[in-house]
Amino acid sequence: MTETVVNIGPSHPSTHGVCRVVVHLDGEIITHAEPIIGHLHRGIEKMAENRTYLQVVPLTDRLDYVGSMYANWAYCRAVERLAGIRVPERAEYIRVIVCELQRIASHMMGIGSTGADTGAFTAFMYTFAQREMVVELFELLCGARLTYNYVRPGGVSQDLPEGWVEQCRTFIAQHPSAMLEIDRLLFGNVIARARLKGVGVLSPEDAVGWGTSGPVARASGVDWDLRRDDPYSVYPRFDFSVPLGDNGDSYDRGRVRVWECVEACRIIGQALDQLEPGLVHAEGLPRLLAPRPGDAYDHIESARGSLGVYLVSDGTPRPWRMKVRSPAFCNLSVLPILAQGHTLSDLVVILGSLDPVFGEVDR
Amino acid sequence: MKIEDLRAHLCETYPDLCPLFSIEFGDGVLGVSAKRLHEAASDLKELGFDRLGMVTAVDYGDEFEMVYRIQSRDMYAGIFLKARIKRDKPVIASVCDLWPAANWQEREVFDLFGIVFEGHPDLRRILLTDDWVGFPLRKDYEDDRIIRRPDYI
Amino acid sequence: MAFVDDLGAALDKTPGGGIILTSLDAVMDWSRGKSLWMMPMGTACCAMELIAASFSRFDFDRLGSIPRPDPRHTDVMVVAGTITRKMAPAVKRLWEQMPEPKWCIAMGNCAVSGGIFYYDTYSVIRGVDEFLPVDVYISGCPPRPEALQDAILRLREQVKSESIVASRRRPVESILPQPGSPRRGASAGGEAE
Repeated sequence: MTETVVNIGPSHPSTHGVCRVVVHLDGEIITHAEPIIGHLHRGIEKMAENRTYLQVVPLTDRLDYVGSMYANWAYCRAVERLAGIRVPERAEYIRVIVCELQRIASHMMGIGSTGADTGAFTAFMYTFAQREMVVELFELLCGARLTYNYVRPGGVSQDLPEGWVEQCRTFIAQHPSAMLEIDRLLFGNVIARARLKGVGVLSPEDAVGWGTSGPVARASGVDWDLRRDDPYSVYPRFDFSVPLGDNGDSYDRGRVRVWECVEACRIIGQALDQLEPGLVHAEGLPRLLAPRPGDAYDHIESARGSLGVYLVSDGTPRPWRMKVRSPAFCNLSVLPILAQGHTLSDLVVILGSLDPVFGEVDR
Repeated sequence: MKIEDLRAHLCETYPDLCPLFSIEFGDGVLGVSAKRLHEAASDLKELGFDRLGMVTAVDYGDEFEMVYRIQSRDMYAGIFLKARIKRDKPVIASVCDLWPAANWQEREVFDLFGIVFEGHPDLRRILLTDDWVGFPLRKDYEDDRIIRRPDYI
Repeated sequence: MAFVDDLGAALDKTPGGGIILTSLDAVMDWSRGKSLWMMPMGTACCAMELIAASFSRFDFDRLGSIPRPDPRHTDVMVVAGTITRKMAPAVKRLWEQMPEPKWCIAMGNCAVSGGIFYYDTYSVIRGVDEFLPVDVYISGCPPRPEALQDAILRLREQVKSESIVASRRRPVESILPQPGSPRRGASAGGEAE
């Protein structure tokens, strides 16, 4: 049997960004698939070394551009830990609310593109309508549709505008039922089920060993969610459950995202109820932060998994080293294992179900 | 499990690692020599640290500091494993055989810092092109394509 | 469009053919301007806005611009996002696969000038116009979908003034800067400081 080598990407509609995959085929069966990344490597870690701590925040927006708030928050938590800043309670609640909204916006892309990959483009339209509602809320909040620069070291950049809470409540009231509709439309579809079920099975051992996290790991039954297991911010005050999958296939990865959106609505509802008036930014912070020498790491549960930022300070106003532990990078590294033995058309589905964002993979 | 309990547990099981353990900013840090890194890592894995969160390096002039963040599902804690290596001989043992997650992460460190991991199955550049010259995240990296940012502050 | 090109060249040489040529140009430009199919060369954040623009809320299709990922089907390349040194050869190759006449829109600050990634970075190309002939620039990080629609409308205006004769068009070759060769970015950066 002769081996065929097919190159996919780096500009291909189903690679969800600029990923190149070199696929070795035996007939139509994949014997080896090797992702080649780095087409969006912009050197953000190097750039951060020549900027002040506040000036790095806009750079973190461009990491995971589908979920900018997460990188903002993870970076700000590392700075706060390094500089010993206490964040006001209202700011913590606002951070939780915007990040759970961001989880919904991000998963809408992930679920929708799963639909587009399996030929059900209608679902993408439905999920994008939901995403636009979230984006509109963010636009009211900080004026930007994608790159928010909203979470800052010490709090958030500004308080919620008038009428925002009501609009947010309207959104979360309609979202769970819309999600059920999308779930029925996409994951109840016979064709989508046939394309997704049993495709790209990730065993729990591999999920742990390869360092995957977030919905990819949870779909394999790995019960690991930083919001619950390494609680940060005000998450211990909320009642929520962590959805888990059984089989670890593409179908479960999609379904886990659907249920995470519903859980996110529960968290937002509780956070809006508990929200008290107060400061949104720590008082008395110097304009030029210069933390004491040392290093700090902090991580949060982003839509893709545990997103960590490691900062080293040398006592000057600029970080000596910033490292972003990106969940999508680790999640993508299991692609060769998942794709082996499947057909070429399944590769598209598997890659889409891992939901990588290449701004974060390549940094 | 709290970090103090983890320290007690670690000291009980591996007494030789105990004096190397310190707590900084609420995180446990285990500083070992480069020679003992692989041994300490496999000890930690046996202790239950089944996940490798992050591998990175920091450039401190004539030394590189290797930083590994290792997490445990059962203990709900993460600790750092740190080792220093000389700049003129940037070689350290790979931990790929313990955690496959190290595969891509060590390739990234090799790509950006030029640190060679002994025993790595597939040590190639990952983010930059294969013909790239130099290691960009080193502090002494020079490239005529870089435009330095004017100092506004 | 070989036939149209030959016809245009023949008319250009014929005495009095210019009158027919300009009338023919008007018809061709009208038809080309109304269906500018685009090649979404989305790499980073701007790609999200490019997707949003073509979806139900902003509805790009009503302008006759349908996103087609195949370069051979398209008229206009929308470069949305940061182009790095690793990515640039692929962009150049896709541009060369597009049939003429073709246009290019640089969407977002990264594609215009490098934007936030102008300083201190070793891998970003400072503006896609270092190797592609750009017709319309859209600023913003990222620009709103409405800005992209505005760019398409402006491109239509430009298409109206174009000719079917190859010698009357601007050049569309792409040149990728070689390492070590003088670049626009290096000197411009020095002056800016």
